[in-house]
Amino acid sequence: MEKIPILKMGDFLLVTIQVDMHDRLALALQDDLTRTISQTEAHGVLIDISTLEIVDSFIGRMLSNIAAMSRVLDAETVVVGMQPAVAITLVELGLSLPGVRTALNVDAGMELLRASVKATKEMYGSRLH
Amino acid sequence: MAVVSTENVPVKTEPDVVTVRRRVREVSSQLGLSLVDQTKIITAASELARNTIIYGGGGSMQVQTLNGPRVGLRLTFEDNGPGIPDVDLALRDGFTTGSGLGLGLGGSKRLVNEFEIFSKPGAGTRITITRWK
Ligand SMILES: Nc1ncnc2c1ncn2[C@@H]1O[C@H](COP(=O)(O)OP(=O)(O)O)[C@@H](O)[C@H]1O
Ligand SMILES: [Mg+2]
Repeated sequence: MEKIPILKMGDFLLVTIQVDMHDRLALALQDDLTRTISQTEAHGVLIDISTLEIVDSFIGRMLSNIAAMSRVLDAETVVVGMQPAVAITLVELGLSLPGVRTALNVDAGMELLRASVKATKEMYGSRLH
Repeated sequence: MAVVSTENVPVKTEPDVVTVRRRVREVSSQLGLSLVDQTKIITAASELARNTIIYGGGGSMQVQTLNGPRVGLRLTFEDNGPGIPDVDLALRDGFTTGSGLGLGLGGSKRLVNEFEIFSKPGAGTRITITRWK
């Protein structure tokens, strides 16, 4: 079965969704990501959806699930590149993507991840004193 | 109202949802719908196609392009599944008898200009959506 590649970049995992995912492929990505986060001890996940033409309730639920599971595994998830038409449609559909952080593009998403990892480290650092 | 073209697309297995999205994208873009309107009707079609498969046991989507007086795209999803006992309840956001978010019916209704549903227990389900240019 086809698979969506997960790239490791330092402390972070990068996923670029480049195909119109059928439901099982989306579920497989969710499982793969969870496994990879725990194996690599990554602290951040960046999901680039700039080529996605739609986000329906199934894909929306997948994004929320990934964010929730990564949080349990001590990793932050940021979804980047959502097209304006997709964002408008999402709101009308009634999807609020609970727990999902978003950024305009990959650079802004990386910035957000770095800042949140730094903040976490500082929080733990200060607790040691 | 003039129907310019009619076409049937099978909606039976999970990968058919992807085919439905692709076909609705092609036709709505040929009709000249705006990008936002294309995105809305594709998203609605994706929700309804998934319902047809999961709850209706499979069926079909009829694609009609309309012209005169207005240009538009009309999609009809039909199955011979168990039907919906309480349509008003099923349309409510958050209501699901499966494991979804319960946004498919209510959400797709909000995404189109016209939404019609006929469903009866034992008699299957037929949902027609229209998006005007
Ligand atoms: N084609 C159908 N045949 C039978 N029941 C359906 C059909 N479509 C929707 N339903 C019923 O309506 C409910 C709500 O559908 P929907 O709003 O898409 O939410 P979800 O798919 O998340 O359950 C479904 O859980 C199901 O009980
Ligand atoms: Mg549904």
